[in-house]
Amino acid sequence: MNKITTFLFSVMLIPLLQACGGESVADEKTRLTIATVNNGDMVVMQDLSRKFEAENPDIELRWVVLEENILRQRTTTDVASQGGQFDVLTIGSYETPIWAKRGWLKPLDNLPAEYDVDDLIDPVREGLSHEGSLYALPFYAESSMLYYRQDLFEKAGITMAANPTYGEVEEWASKVHDPANGVYGMCLRGKPGWGENMAFLTTLVNTNGGRWFDMDWQPQLDTPEWESAVTFYVNILNEYGPPGASSNGFNENLALFSTGKCGMWIDATVAAGLLSNPEGSQVADKVGFAPAPVESYPNGSNWLWAWSLAIPETSRSPEEAQRFITWATSKEYIQMVADESGWVGVPPGTRTSTYENPNYQEVAPFAKTVLNSIESADVERPSPLPTPYKGIQYVDIPEFQAIGTQVGQQMAEALADKVSVDKAIEKSQNVAERFMRHTGYIEDEASEQAKNEVEQ
Amino acid sequence: MKTNNKKSNQWLIGLLGWLVACILFFPIFWMFITSFKTEAMAVATPPQLFFKPTLENYVAVQERAAYFNFAWNSVIISVGATILALLLAVPAAYAMSFFPSKRTKSTLLWMLSTKMLPSVGVLVPIYILGRETGLLDTRIGLIIIYTLINLPIVVWMIYSFFKEVPKEILEADRMDGASTYQEVAYVLLPLALPGIASTALLSIILSWNEAFWSLNLTTFDAAPLTAFIASFSSPQGLFWAKLSAASTMAIAPILIFGWISQKQLVRGLTFGAVK
Repeated sequence: MNKITTFLFSVMLIPLLQACGGESVADEKTRLTIATVNNGDMVVMQDLSRKFEAENPDIELRWVVLEENILRQRTTTDVASQGGQFDVLTIGSYETPIWAKRGWLKPLDNLPAEYDVDDLIDPVREGLSHEGSLYALPFYAESSMLYYRQDLFEKAGITMAANPTYGEVEEWASKVHDPANGVYGMCLRGKPGWGENMAFLTTLVNTNGGRWFDMDWQPQLDTPEWESAVTFYVNILNEYGPPGASSNGFNENLALFSTGKCGMWIDATVAAGLLSNPEGSQVADKVGFAPAPVESYPNGSNWLWAWSLAIPETSRSPEEAQRFITWATSKEYIQMVADESGWVGVPPGTRTSTYENPNYQEVAPFAKTVLNSIESADVERPSPLPTPYKGIQYVDIPEFQAIGTQVGQQMAEALADKVSVDKAIEKSQNVAERFMRHTGYIEDEASEQAKNEVEQ
Repeated sequence: MKTNNKKSNQWLIGLLGWLVACILFFPIFWMFITSFKTEAMAVATPPQLFFKPTLENYVAVQERAAYFNFAWNSVIISVGATILALLLAVPAAYAMSFFPSKRTKSTLLWMLSTKMLPSVGVLVPIYILGRETGLLDTRIGLIIIYTLINLPIVVWMIYSFFKEVPKEILEADRMDGASTYQEVAYVLLPLALPGIASTALLSIILSWNEAFWSLNLTTFDAAPLTAFIASFSSPQGLFWAKLSAASTMAIAPILIFGWISQKQLVRGLTFGAVK
């Protein structure tokens, strides 16, 4: 026993002492710690960043790759408590304006002329700005669109409309639905989460004429617009959806569609490239593309999201960090990806020049639909009714993550037939009201009464 | 007839045992075989049991992340935290089991109650403390946190093992003139060794698998295997096979370690169960 203990201690002691001693300063390189998400385009960026390091020998890049939700929690903790652990953050359109407002991000006002900031697609740029200043550079952007199986549509004698409506979509779903042969008319997100089922559902509510909050931040979920949207969603998935739809997210639907199990699917435009690639998709030559369907109000039926690179206020090397983020979001970077792995693989949705490039147009039959979807996304006016918030598939307040996810759980329960649509909406409205009262957006009835009494 | 009944009962219990073991092991088995599939095969419906295995995921995982850095951090942190916890817990448990005071019972309960606090509730204060002391993203920082997290369980376990040691033995060596150190080191610890060993094993396993603090307090230098796995999970794109390969690589060391020490672990956990 004694020998073992002594051995263990000595084994432990060396690295412990090393850990105590801290880093040895062997070189004068600036270390940039980059927090990013794990997805195809980011993996390519990691690979190509070796070129950046070769061009900038004074900079060493250190990657922290995390799953989206963990990354959000991790980076929020760090910037909110000024931990200073990161130099570059990968954040979305949701966080950028909120964080910019709180002074957590460095404004990017002095970008070099060759970066050509005017080439960035307008709605994307607007989404990443706060009070006229840009706070993050878009790495790739997406909207939502409708994917359908051209072969099945042809067989059923359906012609895809230039601007399909949800009424038409339901009819088409009934025609191509063929569960006996393993084809389901409609695939949609069902997995609960503010960025999962609620991303799609919010666009459906928008186009039905609904909104999350009125101008006094009073939740508007118990309205006819929400009811008709949710009823439509639950019905179409129950009748023409794949079994177990309430646990399907983007990945699951991508797997279903690419193995020929879905007649239609409405989701992120980023799936277009994946579905067209014969290496991962069995329906690469059969997939058709159309704009996201609309109902009564066309705005807000297709979302907008941009994964972007930002520099936190606490970064120790902001100048080098800016050098990196301008490199990774530049035209030259897009050209580099094209040279390495072909035009179909370039990060989409950020620059007009990408869509004007004939090489890209040739390999990406979906390019025009994607560009139109992104350009028509209206972050300022997601609903026909006035809203106190910005954002199409989200509301740009920090509380939305929690509210959206809880409402998403109610919707998933309604979809799984555990509660009725009415009950789910009622509960959701209560959840949203409670959150908004607790966070002080709307007055608590009790405190209002107390205030009145004091005044009297 | 009776023996027949007994035999068939034993057979039934054996079968039940195997069934439960198979159900418990199935997810690990599935993860293991998925790690040898291509991404397309990994999501194929119906799931494929027989396929041509490939090592491409392991190669891809190793190319994208330095596995051994993460694994080394996991080893240092979990072993370090366990040693530190034992160093603190053995004297505490000794005092509590052999010289109990009026408040010993409630102290023990209070210690356990700290485990009931959700970790996220103290994330920001601990993060700020880490920032002030410069312990963010250091192995020492994580060792301290893990020691504190596991301390209640470690003290409780060692306390219960010490309780099993007859007081008379300790009294006898005190009569022989043993000092407290000699009493603990030469009499008590050897007697409670199986218990201490299983406590240490449990503490290592708990530290190895802990994901909340390791993900939140580390970035690059001190990131253990939990951070390694988290980097392969993705809501957009197909990464199941790579994620399975990463997970297999992350759990392999602790699984092998568990298998080797299985006997010790079971002996320790059932130590004193039958009087």
